[in-house]
Amino acid sequence: MTMILGIPLMVLFGQLMLGLINGAFYALLSLGLAVIFGLLRIINFAHGAQYMLGAFAALLGAQYLGLNYWAALIVVPLVVGALGIVVERFLLRRIQHLDHLYGLLLTFGLALILEGTLVNLFGVSGSSYPIPEALSGGFKLSFMFLPTYRAWVLVAALVVCFGVWFLIERTRLGAYLRAGTENPELVQAFGINVPLMVSLTYGLGVALAAFAGVLAAPLYPVSPTMGSSLLIVVFAVVVIGGMGSILGAILTGLAMGLIEGLTKVFYPEAANTVIFVVMVMVLMLRPAGLFGKEA
Amino acid sequence: MMGSLLSAGIAQADISDGVIKIGYLADMSGTYRDLAGPGGLDALKMAVEDFGGSVNGMPIEVLSADDRNSADVGANTVRGWIDQQNVDMVAGLVASSVSIAVTRILAEQDTLGIVSGSAASSITNEHCTPNHVHWVYDTYPLAHGTAKAIVDEGGDSWFLLTADYAFGHALEGDVEKVVTENGGSIVGKVRHPFPTSDFSSYILQAQGSGAKIVGLANAGADTVNALTTASQFGVVQSGQSLAGLLIFLNDVHALGLEVAQGLQLTTGWYWDLNDETRAWSQRYYERNARMPTMVQAGIYSSTLHYLNAVAATGSDDTATVRAKMGETPVNDMFANNGTIRADGRMVHDMYLVKVKTPAESQGEWDVYDVIRTIPGAEAYRPLADSQCELVKG
Repeated sequence: MTMILGIPLMVLFGQLMLGLINGAFYALLSLGLAVIFGLLRIINFAHGAQYMLGAFAALLGAQYLGLNYWAALIVVPLVVGALGIVVERFLLRRIQHLDHLYGLLLTFGLALILEGTLVNLFGVSGSSYPIPEALSGGFKLSFMFLPTYRAWVLVAALVVCFGVWFLIERTRLGAYLRAGTENPELVQAFGINVPLMVSLTYGLGVALAAFAGVLAAPLYPVSPTMGSSLLIVVFAVVVIGGMGSILGAILTGLAMGLIEGLTKVFYPEAANTVIFVVMVMVLMLRPAGLFGKEA
Repeated sequence: MMGSLLSAGIAQADISDGVIKIGYLADMSGTYRDLAGPGGLDALKMAVEDFGGSVNGMPIEVLSADDRNSADVGANTVRGWIDQQNVDMVAGLVASSVSIAVTRILAEQDTLGIVSGSAASSITNEHCTPNHVHWVYDTYPLAHGTAKAIVDEGGDSWFLLTADYAFGHALEGDVEKVVTENGGSIVGKVRHPFPTSDFSSYILQAQGSGAKIVGLANAGADTVNALTTASQFGVVQSGQSLAGLLIFLNDVHALGLEVAQGLQLTTGWYWDLNDETRAWSQRYYERNARMPTMVQAGIYSSTLHYLNAVAATGSDDTATVRAKMGETPVNDMFANNGTIRADGRMVHDMYLVKVKTPAESQGEWDVYDVIRTIPGAEAYRPLADSQCELVKG
């Protein structure tokens, strides 16, 4: 069997596949953050909590309302996104004129309140959310057993990432959004409701976090702390990709998943830190990130 | 009349400041909240209530604090409790790092502590002091109970998933020793960072190793995540078995039986062992809406044993109470003829259990079948192998 650095090639293929799946998931989460920062200049520290809220809403919806997985994929992002709009409308808008740091502090505070409340209500152990029947089982590939659900996560995340990129970079609505954040007064003069667009954009970013939460619910135990551990990694991805760059978030998410996956094979002890090592190197060489524009 | 007043006066003199103060220190909000946390505090309060709320006419007060799993926070809290509040006994104590830091303070300040939640067997080995007792379990019986039983049943080749910090390394070492001494072999292992949310890569490595047993030398959320992932990758269906080396009732409850079924593990106590444990657990359940973990039950048991010793000696002096606790066997809903050794280890029976299938379970908390009782003398590290200064003399 062909070996690379003492690892059989087939095993390596399996690990790369898993890295790609995790990467797609990072990309999806980073995308929401990048959209919010890129268009609104808000550093949304509540993103992890909103992701967790998505998973919790799917779990509680299934337990109390009989909401199935497929319905949750659509309903949960809408509901959590709507909550995001409320937050933007009543809290974030009030500090819009202040330094970005205030937005960071406010969203960080919100995340702590949400997490603390759910810890008190549900404890920290979490609950399991079953994999939907249609996606259970897996494929026996020549190099690994690939659970169907993981393959689905890869496809769903990539499709949504591409859709959002297309919406913002290639449609007229996206052009308005970008213009509205560059020069709100001018765009408003054209008769476009900029405050509404800002609210909807924040809602979209939050809905993306919630969508990732529903996708994650069958993969990890649904617990109030599930977002806080991921958030730091996702922030690192956004910083490496270039704060606010949509394409940067997606491509970096995928790349970091792969790098992390390879680290898990060759030097597992460093798997949690490798992304931050890359972040430091990128910041030293390109302070605006790989795809960011120099200010 | 005069006689009773006089005797009350004497008792008052022996119990400093006329009140017994117990400080409960544990993780109240983080990773270990559900296995000890607020539920453990309630178990402690149940013990105080069952005791009648006072010792020889002296009131019992309970203080509590969140150590946030930080050794610094824990040590500073306990120092403050002893210096400013005259705390007589510190209970709870979950994260091993916090426990080791706190027991050093207890030794300096000559105050008593009862460790209920920690896993590290070093707490009564190289870190033993005359001031603390370790009540519920430690890594030694976890490794010896579970690993030995599995090797005896033919599970002789192991792949280990180890949490990359002191606790994981200690457990990994113990398991390796037990497996190889009993004729098995370790065919591979991987040390994963603590904490890890995605175990898919490690599970794939375990599958590729061809080992019969995938042993999990980690705890809490890491174990729960590893088991969830193993279930998705069909580890058991493809012919391998899983061995959880430190798993609490709340972990199994969180996983659900669909994922956890068939898992063998060692526990210090289970709510459904006998009529006495069921009766106490029912009372606990009515107050907390959850069944107690072994740690929470141990906090109740150890607090009662402590209060009994204070009542019997009429003193809150550390050495006097510790000596009384050591010479009195522990007989309650937690332990049957448990004994506290010179190194501070409370030796009691442990249980090898197997997680039920969804079909076998009769209710939300009906999760274990007890396969074997491991007698205390067999379960814990023999005193002859101890590195504790108190034993070596």
